Amino acid sequence: MPDLTFSSFVKKALARREATLILLLVVLLVPISIRSPQFLSAKNISTILNDMAILAIVAIGEFYVILSNGIDLSVGSIIAFTGMATGMINQADHGFPPILLLCVGMGIGLLMGLFNGVLVAYGKIPPIITTLGTVNIYRGMTFLLSGGTWVTADEMGTAYVGFPRHTFLGISNLLWIAFLVIAVFYYFSRFSRTGREVYAIGGNPTAAKFVGVNESRIRVVVFLISGMLCGLAGALWTARYASAVNEMATGFEMQAVAACVLGGVNFSGGSGGIIGVVLGTLFLGVVTNALPVVYLSVFWQTFVQGLIILIALTLNTVSDQRKMKKLLAQRRG
Amino acid sequence: MAEKTDLVAKGRLIDEMSIKNRLIEFFTQWEVLLSIIFVLVFVFFTFRTPYFLDWFNLMNATFQFSEKAIMALPMIFIIMCGDIDISIASIIALCAYAVGNAAQGGASIPSLIFIALLVGTLAGLFNGIMITSLEMPAIAVTLATQSIFRGISVGLLGDQARTKFPTNFGFFGQEFIPGTVIPFEFVLYLLVMLLFAFILHKTTYGRRLYAIGNSAEAARFSGIKVKKMRVINFTLTGFFCGLTSILLASRILSVRSNIATGWDLEIITLVVLGGVAITGGKGSVYGVFIGSMLVGYMKFGMGLLKFSGTLMTIVIGSLLIIAVLLPRLLDLYKANRKLRLQQERRE
Amino acid sequence: MQEALLEVHNLTKVFPGIRALDDVHLTLRSGEVHALIGENGAGKSTLVKILTGVYIPTNGTLTLNGKEISFKNAIDAQQAGIVAIHQEASMFPELSVTENIFMGHHLRNPKTKKLDWKTMTEKTRELLARMQLDINPDTLVKNLSVAKRHMVEISKALSLDADLVIMDEPTSALTGREVEDLFRIVRSLKEEGKAILFISHKFEEIFEICDYYTVFRDGQYIGEGKVADSDEDAIIKMMIGRSIGHLYPEHTPKIGKEILTVEHLSQLGAFKDISFKLHEGEILGLFGLVGAGRSEVVRTIFGIDKSSEGTMILDGKAFKPKGAMDSMRRGIALVPEDRQKQGLVLKMSLTRNISLPVLTNLCWKGIVTRKKVEKEYVHEHGNQMEIKAAGYHVDVDAETLSGGNQQKVVLAKWIGTKPKILILDEPTKGIDVATKAAVHQFIADMADKGVAVILISSELPEVLGMSDRILVMHEGYQTAILEAKDATAESVMRYAIASVQREATNA
Repeated sequence: MPDLTFSSFVKKALARREATLILLLVVLLVPISIRSPQFLSAKNISTILNDMAILAIVAIGEFYVILSNGIDLSVGSIIAFTGMATGMINQADHGFPPILLLCVGMGIGLLMGLFNGVLVAYGKIPPIITTLGTVNIYRGMTFLLSGGTWVTADEMGTAYVGFPRHTFLGISNLLWIAFLVIAVFYYFSRFSRTGREVYAIGGNPTAAKFVGVNESRIRVVVFLISGMLCGLAGALWTARYASAVNEMATGFEMQAVAACVLGGVNFSGGSGGIIGVVLGTLFLGVVTNALPVVYLSVFWQTFVQGLIILIALTLNTVSDQRKMKKLLAQRRG
Repeated sequence: MAEKTDLVAKGRLIDEMSIKNRLIEFFTQWEVLLSIIFVLVFVFFTFRTPYFLDWFNLMNATFQFSEKAIMALPMIFIIMCGDIDISIASIIALCAYAVGNAAQGGASIPSLIFIALLVGTLAGLFNGIMITSLEMPAIAVTLATQSIFRGISVGLLGDQARTKFPTNFGFFGQEFIPGTVIPFEFVLYLLVMLLFAFILHKTTYGRRLYAIGNSAEAARFSGIKVKKMRVINFTLTGFFCGLTSILLASRILSVRSNIATGWDLEIITLVVLGGVAITGGKGSVYGVFIGSMLVGYMKFGMGLLKFSGTLMTIVIGSLLIIAVLLPRLLDLYKANRKLRLQQERRE
Repeated sequence: MQEALLEVHNLTKVFPGIRALDDVHLTLRSGEVHALIGENGAGKSTLVKILTGVYIPTNGTLTLNGKEISFKNAIDAQQAGIVAIHQEASMFPELSVTENIFMGHHLRNPKTKKLDWKTMTEKTRELLARMQLDINPDTLVKNLSVAKRHMVEISKALSLDADLVIMDEPTSALTGREVEDLFRIVRSLKEEGKAILFISHKFEEIFEICDYYTVFRDGQYIGEGKVADSDEDAIIKMMIGRSIGHLYPEHTPKIGKEILTVEHLSQLGAFKDISFKLHEGEILGLFGLVGAGRSEVVRTIFGIDKSSEGTMILDGKAFKPKGAMDSMRRGIALVPEDRQKQGLVLKMSLTRNISLPVLTNLCWKGIVTRKKVEKEYVHEHGNQMEIKAAGYHVDVDAETLSGGNQQKVVLAKWIGTKPKILILDEPTKGIDVATKAAVHQFIADMADKGVAVILISSELPEVLGMSDRILVMHEGYQTAILEAKDATAESVMRYAIASVQREATNA
């Protein structure tokens, strides 16, 4: 029978990665806000959230690939290509509706994800190699598409550039889209068979096969999701930063992977959740934005991010190993 | 009984193979295919542009790829064991920062070299220890240290550059072997390459690398110190990051925090393109050598033909995928052939 | 007698170099618990894999309810109503109990198509209650003990509502009380009219729960009958089919001085309090059921795993192995249990496999490999093991060899280290009769040369036939050390099941 006492609830909550992250966020925010009260102002919070929205969208795509025991290194290049494509469409036709541009971005992203997925699922090429190849191919295609030039702010339509900033009920469109993506994929991973089957493939592919999970299909699906979300992110990126350059989002895959690792997603697949990933993203955002508060130059951002990831990894591993030992002791003292 | 004779049968099978079959066996090896592609590329560019097949140009072109080609060598060892290191560009940046800073303070050339090698070795050692002692996947750890090592140089250097170096420091990355048109860098690469070929193919260490890559567990049961060797691989790679940072700093005589950005993936590409299996246990130094030369000279040739560098990235990306896909198809083909041959023999 | 549910006729399965099943028969009826009996390597697991659609038979037919069927994959078999509870749990450790049970056939709300977690949890709770298991359906499987995982695995099979449930050694990881729980479930399944195929090594279980039996030996059908009309001796005779004595080589022990003393050796979660003495020229059998912790003990002696308690004395000196290399240098060799994963590097040539542990000795200054020296060495030891190796033959990859030849390569690899203590973990598992005899001869020869041998085997006749003394383990504990001449199959088995000790272990 379920144990309903308060202490067991706390214990269970603490055993979950999400709760630990929220706790850490609070622990982090208290001294920061004491030191710099305006850190928690509505305006600053909204800045942080808007800054992290695109990363959250991409990290969710990356999450599914890592969940299936893969990795997608091509996310930055997909963002660049789709961002460039939507930027150029907008450049040619300022009247093109922004919503349609987002759809175009997602469509292109889907195709690029499909290519990755087919190579992994049917070509049996390890995900790391496949996406190491396509990170180059897609980036090269971006240059070919643009002819080496870029799309600047004054060449873009105001409707498109303004789209992410426009607010609805006091919240920017960019944030609404991020919320929508989070909600859809939360639902997907909790309440759809395919969503659960990704966990099965990542956790134990042999056992998954035994219960009838189609491995190739799942491998394609995760790359489709990642590609589609990168496409969406690309279209948003170009609008938000009001420019499309060939080098955009270079190295963004590392940030996406970092958000997942912070969110408790296991590198060997099969565990983790959307909420964790979102909190991981938020954590990265808060830390980055808090650097000036502790009088650390923004140049230290990369270092701090790396350090946090390493600490998160170490904690994950050590706690897993300790749990394992406890179980073993239970078995044969 | 079947199993008593199959060894003998297998031997006879190879013995009885016709010349045609032997040729097929030979030409379906990845290293051989790669060499053929390399020759074809050379011939192609020679016919397309008169500037390609020119001793001086060919040698001068090596400046563009020698450093990455050097880094691909220790990376073979890492990938051979089924690990990966995506922090090498950051280690190079960290070493380059240390070198640039020390040079600013007036350090001599020997001490600059010492500093670079020391910093690189320590960084590599850190990677290796984190990966083996905590039993975490190499890609996760080096993802974190990628940011950490790069972050130190970004944090300390900011948007500044270090450009003051001792006189003669430019020798390592810019000069030629006196009296020839052969760059010092390239000669150094060839020497290091021979050293690695020797270690991988002729020593106990190399033999054990193959064993670990194919089955770490069987290797452990055979008395091989798997963890220790993996740490050595990462440390060695760190050491060569230090060496490369000297060459790179010497070549461009300017150290910024974004130095060598993106090299990780390029270098891993060279190794995999050279036929080293990402899952470990398979590959040769010769393959990586030819792969590095192929990529280097394709870039050079396409530059001469005024192709944009972008087309090159597409070609390299595609080559990488083909490099993995093709041997798999070849293996399948070979396995089918073997079966067919066996059946023919029985009948 | 009931109508047949599933019939197996003239079934044959051939693997390269080995005939795993040779023209076997089996008839399963609804409402009956059917025991499939045979030694390791008799072909039981192969049959299970054919019934569950993992292997496709070379020859023969399967009929289900009178209709001929063939399975293309595991799902086909499941849909036909055949479900197996596997020897090794195949679970998703990071997911909850509920999800482990419903993976692949999640329940959905018919209207919204949304997964219905509430119903699934409820059903899981019912299933667990039916098995009288006190497990929260939301617990992650990785947080369950091994026994509980096993029970979840059984619940999972039950949730599929199969007509035929195959239980492959279902009790090997269970304690006494859990076995009783399982039997209660088996009985209720029987009452529901399901057919159960029960595979077990333990006779007391077979006599307690099974109605009918079929015996296989070396991949062949030997006989069948009602359990009630039979007795242990008769079935054992069918299983073994030969008197134990004459197949094993003559070995008159010349026991020398004590070489290894093990005292209170323990490893967290694997085994506890193992103590024995080993002498030169002696063959010490190490017997226990699957999962008793035998392999873990020898892995620890060889330095692969670390002990958590206890001491060892090797050749009069305290011995705390730092790793396999250390143990090797001190004269210990281990022929590991899993030939394919631990014994050999499959993608390396025979030569390179055989020379791997002694590579340093064969090389110039211990560093640079020398082809000629290596070749000579491999020939010498290969010939000793009768691997007919000449010229190019030694250049083939180990993976292309048959099981028997692979085992010979592993043995050749280790005799080269000139061991004083040779440990063999299941050295005859899955190899043909001829090679088996050769391996037995080899073990006897080694002992006659004064090497101390530890022999692990799941095959009782092998342990009885080869050993001078037998150490018996049960669930991580040492239950007896018997002199071979006083030991019988029954006495050894009794200690391996350890009915007396069982209550103590439950705590």
